[in-house]
Amino acid sequence: MRKMSDVETPYLRAEPLVFEVGDTVDVGVIITETVEKRGKLEEKERVQTFTGVVIARGGAGINESFTVRRIVAGEGVERVFPAHSPKIAAVKIKRKARVRRAKLYYLRERSGKSARLRERIVASAKKSKKR
Amino acid sequence: MAVTALIGRKAGMTSVFDEAGAMLGVTVLAIEPNRVLGRRTAERDGYDAVVLQCGERRESRVSRPQKAEADKAGLPAAGELVREVRCSGDTDVDLGAAVGVADVFEDGQWVDVVGTSRGHGFQGVRKRHHFSYGPASHGSKNYKEPGSTGHSTYPGRVFKGKRMAGRHGGKRRTVRNLRIVKVDAENGRILVAGPVPGCDTSFIVIRHAVAKLMPKGE
Repeated sequence: MRKMSDVETPYLRAEPLVFEVGDTVDVGVIITETVEKRGKLEEKERVQTFTGVVIARGGAGINESFTVRRIVAGEGVERVFPAHSPKIAAVKIKRKARVRRAKLYYLRERSGKSARLRERIVASAKKSKKR
Repeated sequence: MAVTALIGRKAGMTSVFDEAGAMLGVTVLAIEPNRVLGRRTAERDGYDAVVLQCGERRESRVSRPQKAEADKAGLPAAGELVREVRCSGDTDVDLGAAVGVADVFEDGQWVDVVGTSRGHGFQGVRKRHHFSYGPASHGSKNYKEPGSTGHSTYPGRVFKGKRMAGRHGGKRRTVRNLRIVKVDAENGRILVAGPVPGCDTSFIVIRHAVAKLMPKGE
């Protein structure tokens, strides 16, 4: 009597996020910041972009997540995003790459030239989305 | 006053996002419509309670006293789960009446959940009471021992209640002050933030939190 199957459904994203491991993406994260407006403090929502390489996807259903890695001021930074989080406005693919494994954890041990991925040229953005 | 508790089963755990966009671990409680099987009153029984039942049970499996009570309430037979829940004396419910989740609970409310914790069998002192580990090296063979259990001539005995190895889990446990994330009246479900004792499908009682006021009721 596990009446569980449809509990998560209303919390899931209507349109799945389309990208693959190895893609360089712009993740639009909705953040709330307090800004001073005419002497008053106001809460404001805006979209902040986190750009990097998708090095892993994991989980299923509402627990689906993906990891984006980028280099900030010479330091590697990884963020794990819940794929169905309402705080993720959009994921835009900037560059696709030819990768041979599902998890690109080996990038952590590399830097500079050796941390590059070979670009995969796709005919059009639309076509790549269909796959 | 309406009933302040319901009986049902734990369905399992999952995650949902709250209004702030944060992920929240929730337990899904499956509450089939409860029916009022009987009443206990202070004059007659010494305390006030409502006897709730849910689910179905074959008539041949129902005890005669419960069958009599079901007849009085106009119900076919006592259900699969029957439990008395305490209530105030002025509780206003009819015998045989159906009580749904939306009649008792609302979103954001604080509740207590009573259940039977998972049985772990006979366990050592580390798992059962979170004792620490003995030294791993320097020839020590004391890895999971309980250590000393008392002193010498005085008191010359081990105090009662000394924590030792034994049966772990499988006991009635109450988790207090859990927040209701969502009341799903349509499917008879309640989503509660955080874990609840017992395995999936185990029997639980959910009631208004005794130690916390409803946020709305202030």
